Amino acid sequence: MIATTSATVKTTYRDAMRAALRDALERDDRVFLMGEDVGRYGGCFAVSKGLLEEFGPERVRDTPLSEAGFVGAGIGAALGGLRPIVEIMTVNFSLLALDQILNNAATLLHMSGGQFNVPLVIRMTTGAGRQLAAQHSHSLEGMYAHIPGIKVVAPATLEDARGMLWTALEDPNPVLVFEHGTLYNLEGEIDVNAGPVDIDHAAVRHPGEHVTLVTYGGSLGKCLAAADSLAHDDISAEVLDLRVLRPLDADAVLASVAHTHRAVVVEEGWRSGGLAAEVSARIMEGAFWDLDAPVARVCAAEVPIPYARHLEEAALPQVPAIVAAAREVVGAGG
Amino acid sequence: MTLDAGHGLHLYREMLRIRRFEERCVELYSAGAIRGFLHLYIGEEAVATGVMQALTPDDAIVATYREHGHALARGVAPEALMAEMFGKAEGCSRGRGGSMHLFDASTRFYGGNAIVGGGLPVAAGLALADAMQDRPRVTACFFGEGAVAEGEFHETMNLAALWRLPVLFCCENNLYAMGTALDRSESETDLALKAASYEMPAWPVDGMDVIAVEDAARRAAGAVRAGEGPHFLEFRTYRYRAHSMYDPELYRDKAEVERWKERDPLAVFAARLREAEMLDDDLLARLEGEVAAEIDAAVAFGEAGTLEPVEDLTRFVLAGERS
Repeated sequence: MIATTSATVKTTYRDAMRAALRDALERDDRVFLMGEDVGRYGGCFAVSKGLLEEFGPERVRDTPLSEAGFVGAGIGAALGGLRPIVEIMTVNFSLLALDQILNNAATLLHMSGGQFNVPLVIRMTTGAGRQLAAQHSHSLEGMYAHIPGIKVVAPATLEDARGMLWTALEDPNPVLVFEHGTLYNLEGEIDVNAGPVDIDHAAVRHPGEHVTLVTYGGSLGKCLAAADSLAHDDISAEVLDLRVLRPLDADAVLASVAHTHRAVVVEEGWRSGGLAAEVSARIMEGAFWDLDAPVARVCAAEVPIPYARHLEEAALPQVPAIVAAAREVVGAGG
Repeated sequence: MTLDAGHGLHLYREMLRIRRFEERCVELYSAGAIRGFLHLYIGEEAVATGVMQALTPDDAIVATYREHGHALARGVAPEALMAEMFGKAEGCSRGRGGSMHLFDASTRFYGGNAIVGGGLPVAAGLALADAMQDRPRVTACFFGEGAVAEGEFHETMNLAALWRLPVLFCCENNLYAMGTALDRSESETDLALKAASYEMPAWPVDGMDVIAVEDAARRAAGAVRAGEGPHFLEFRTYRYRAHSMYDPELYRDKAEVERWKERDPLAVFAARLREAEMLDDDLLARLEGEVAAEIDAAVAFGEAGTLEPVEDLTRFVLAGERS
């Protein structure tokens, strides 16, 4: 194999996402971005900063504070032949548009007997960790992952921030993109030629032998840190980034568990009825005889996310809790 | 507007098709042949019939769960509609939608939305796509007066007016949101006034008079198509039948229903056609016969239809390959 000396550049998750938006707007005239403050303000999290100047107000379209209205308009525009990217400031606000997402975007294809698909991308921030309290901090992507008729992705790396958007736009279905709010400042090197990536498969981010940490989004970094910590105790943890929350790449989960025989599922969503419960059930159904220990979960506390830093930290999965859960399932607890 | 005989009879026939189709649906429902909810449009036929005259094949329609009439007037095949009622694979939504979710891509009929107000934002989006692609099309969005209380109504009115989207808002004010009378649910019952507050031309129309409806729709749709932004028409109408087949109608006076029936859109228009010597008993009998034959054929088609295989249950949840 010829060694490639592909150059890399330093970037951030925010800049990678902006590069993805710019790329999409350049590639396809049908693509436009709309949402609250995406234009003149530059995006609530500065993701779309500068795009209004480059692409104009038709294609970088500020909307009123009207989530049901502009998400529904995105659905209609998709039906009308465009490829809208709708930005919702946070997942909590998306509840104002839940009717449109669930009752229209997710159901039109089926209700119409296959006549009307909705090629729409909806981006939104999710997650806690910024002391924004209970109405700006929840992780409801698991709730969306419950809904047939949509796809749900959670880019957790620079490559996925750069690459998932275009693939989502090419998909004939509604795709919801969940961007964890603490990731925007994530820095690192990325291939100068980084481009579209698949939105079908989970990815092993750290190979291991003894336990699989199954996670996604904002908890990926914590799981990687936990794996480092566990390595000091000679516990080799595999970190599996789900990437796609619906449809779940169950094969990847089962393959990893078949290899490590133990699993800890880590997410910022609430434990009861959440995505971790779903992953755990899939493991039980598909890899029960491979397991050497019950599946463990590290999830958010069952509380609306509080403001005070110490309370918020206590409510969320943290590295020590992930380490402790992993030690427990490998029988090194205590 | 001057009326020629051909167009007059066309309008009458369209209204008659809707009424007889729905009467047949009631019979089939009572016999247990069709199930689910069945929201009848009887009494309101002039609205869908009149508005459709102002639309071209390129225009789009977004309707509600009371949409049999709109689908028929738009030209969706009655066979496909009836097969849908029967839950058959030959139905316009392959048996997945039923009475409330009639869809037809070939006539740009975008349903069939059973969430009150839920279709309005979608209509704005269809219009946005037309505006951004410089297509001189109109999206006609039908909804009942009950939708006016929903947030999605106000969000869409604002968005459409703000962006001057080519939407024709067709509010079918039949005075009752299921069982709740307009004056029991709205602080301002003048709906055109409400719409006008969004800086949108808006006016009330006699929804029992098909000519008045067509005239208003032509004016409004013409303006919308010419780039003058969204328009709002409040069609004052009345449904004779219960909200659905489960409704005991405890909320309104039978005498009120009878009073409205005196303004029946078919009867009044038939009298007008007779007066203009465009219609007589023979012609009426012929029309009735032709419409009955059309509906017989639709019922036969629906009954003879096939059931979608259960193995195909999860088809049409996600669309196929990426482009």
